[in-house]
Amino acid sequence: MSSTTGRKSERLLNLLIMLLVQRHYVSKDRIREFLYPDASTEAFEKMFERDKEELRSLGVPIEVGNMDAYFDDEPGYRVRPDRLALPDIALTPDEAAVIGLATRVWQHARLADATTEAVRKLTALGVEVDESALDIAEPRLSADEPSFDVFWEATQERTPVEFDYRRPGAPRTTTRHLQPWGVVRYSGRWYVVGLDTDRGKERVFRLSRVEGEARRTGSPGSYDVPPGTDVRATAVRLAPPPSTGEAVVLVRRDAGVALRSDAVSVEADVSGPDTRTAWDRVRISRGGQGVADELLGYGAAVYVESPAELRAEVVDRLRAVVAGAEVTS
Amino acid sequence: MSIQPTGAKDQVARLLTLVPFLHTRGAVRLEDAATALGVPAEQVLADLNVLLMCGLPGGYPDDLIDVDLDALEEPGGDGVIRVTNADYLARPLRLTPTEATAIIVALRALRGSAGEETREIVDRALGKLEAAAAHGSAVVQIDPGDTPGGPDVVRLEADLRQASEQHRQVRLSYYVPSRDEQSERIVDPRGIVTAHGYTYLDAWCHSAEAPRLFRLDRIAEAVVLDSEIQSEPEPPRDLGKEGFFQGSPESTLATIELDPAARWVVEYYPVQAVRRRRGGRLEVDLVVANERWLQRLLLRLAPHARVLSPPEYAASYTASAREALSVYP
Repeated sequence: MSSTTGRKSERLLNLLIMLLVQRHYVSKDRIREFLYPDASTEAFEKMFERDKEELRSLGVPIEVGNMDAYFDDEPGYRVRPDRLALPDIALTPDEAAVIGLATRVWQHARLADATTEAVRKLTALGVEVDESALDIAEPRLSADEPSFDVFWEATQERTPVEFDYRRPGAPRTTTRHLQPWGVVRYSGRWYVVGLDTDRGKERVFRLSRVEGEARRTGSPGSYDVPPGTDVRATAVRLAPPPSTGEAVVLVRRDAGVALRSDAVSVEADVSGPDTRTAWDRVRISRGGQGVADELLGYGAAVYVESPAELRAEVVDRLRAVVAGAEVTS
Repeated sequence: MSIQPTGAKDQVARLLTLVPFLHTRGAVRLEDAATALGVPAEQVLADLNVLLMCGLPGGYPDDLIDVDLDALEEPGGDGVIRVTNADYLARPLRLTPTEATAIIVALRALRGSAGEETREIVDRALGKLEAAAAHGSAVVQIDPGDTPGGPDVVRLEADLRQASEQHRQVRLSYYVPSRDEQSERIVDPRGIVTAHGYTYLDAWCHSAEAPRLFRLDRIAEAVVLDSEIQSEPEPPRDLGKEGFFQGSPESTLATIELDPAARWVVEYYPVQAVRRRRGGRLEVDLVVANERWLQRLLLRLAPHARVLSPPEYAASYTASAREALSVYP
């Protein structure tokens, strides 16, 4: 570390201490006299602005107020100890242990660092974190979507964003405008919930379908999240409904392991469409959308008995493949 | 040890955690403080050299913070850090909004994957942290939800991670979708990797005599054995960079045309290249290590995907569709 850095660290820390220990606001002149004695007025103004900004970004609440009730032209600065310091958090050993485990959850570099930093502050309060005390397997949270950070920050700051979004099956992206209310993980994928300001309605977007980076389009605090909003409930409500239905299929002996493993029932040795192998009747329960896809994947190892619409869909799609091949050749 | 932060801001942040850390503990050895802060001991020493230049605004020697450097630097010193005259810095800073959110979301994720007994501990810890963070920071609107697969998958992942670190073999019971069968095999685990919303075990497979990726949700059972791994220990692959199928000598490059309804394929599978075509269609190049995997995928997509090359794949796709159709009268 260079000595310039050391000198700047000294100045920042001395500034913090000076504002912290005074009971009243400290005038700019006094700050300059003690901490920036050799700087020109212009250099002082610049350095002082930047130093305040750096301290604030560390979470130091520098307040600006008037020195004197009668002369309101001279601003003063102070830091209130009760606003600066972390309040006491009395943690029992088992609570401290789960907090230690939390440092291993994030697979996202910046948030992993932020969690570790939070735990260090708790440690500085006197909490002894012993993560080996509990036998818990911790989950890993990843967030690889390039837009994740912007949505995360915008949600906390309440900053509107715009982004290019591709709906499933749509040929091209459209630019959407959103006031983000929350970010939710659902079935292992991240979604953002908020007010779509182009449509004036609440909407949910999957972050992996956002192309490129999301962009901030306003200033922090420019909207409020409607009181009582439950972002998870909204995401679940707006996401495509998982309609479940039953299907009855015939499966060749030794095939369809995944179909059998969570089947409602399996009836062995039934008469099937051919006698090349033995057949079993398997009753399955599935969400509506993907069931035809899943069954098609088994090719000639699966025969759909009912419902009739599902059977028709499977047959039609196979016919379309064969017809398409004949046209090409 | 993580990357060494060099800026003045980082140094001030470290000191504002170090001073209360020492204050609550009394005597702390230099090495122990360095471990707690995640930096080398020399860095802590450099930080302390800055600290002793700071103190109350007055300029008298008594105003400065006192650091006993002799104990740390002299040959006969006991290596214990002693800082006095810094009572006003006895408490750590409040958590920044990012720190508070990161740790709370990590704990929520832990909660979602914990058993009932642990859940109760996590709830207590969360309650205390949320109360401490409530001051000044917005309500955390980030919800990590439950880990797909629940506590069992989290436990499985932790066991496999540990087996990888300890270089112990694992017996897997694994469902292979392309062959539609449950297989038993012995593997040498290398580590856990994530891509496209799924978590995989990367391992050397003794049945295949090649490295293989195993999707955790398709592992029916994993038994960590006492035997040591027999292959050379290797770190897990970086799926983001290498893709899934690289390194397999028998892989083939296939070109597939996807209709808009099948575009999701490019989100789920690593493709080599994507070219836009008329009508929202995409032409994609895909490295195929296993033709049965591709045929199964094509059938699932029927009739929204066509093989452009190689022609053998196109022919066998049409043949499988004809065969699947043949079971229907």
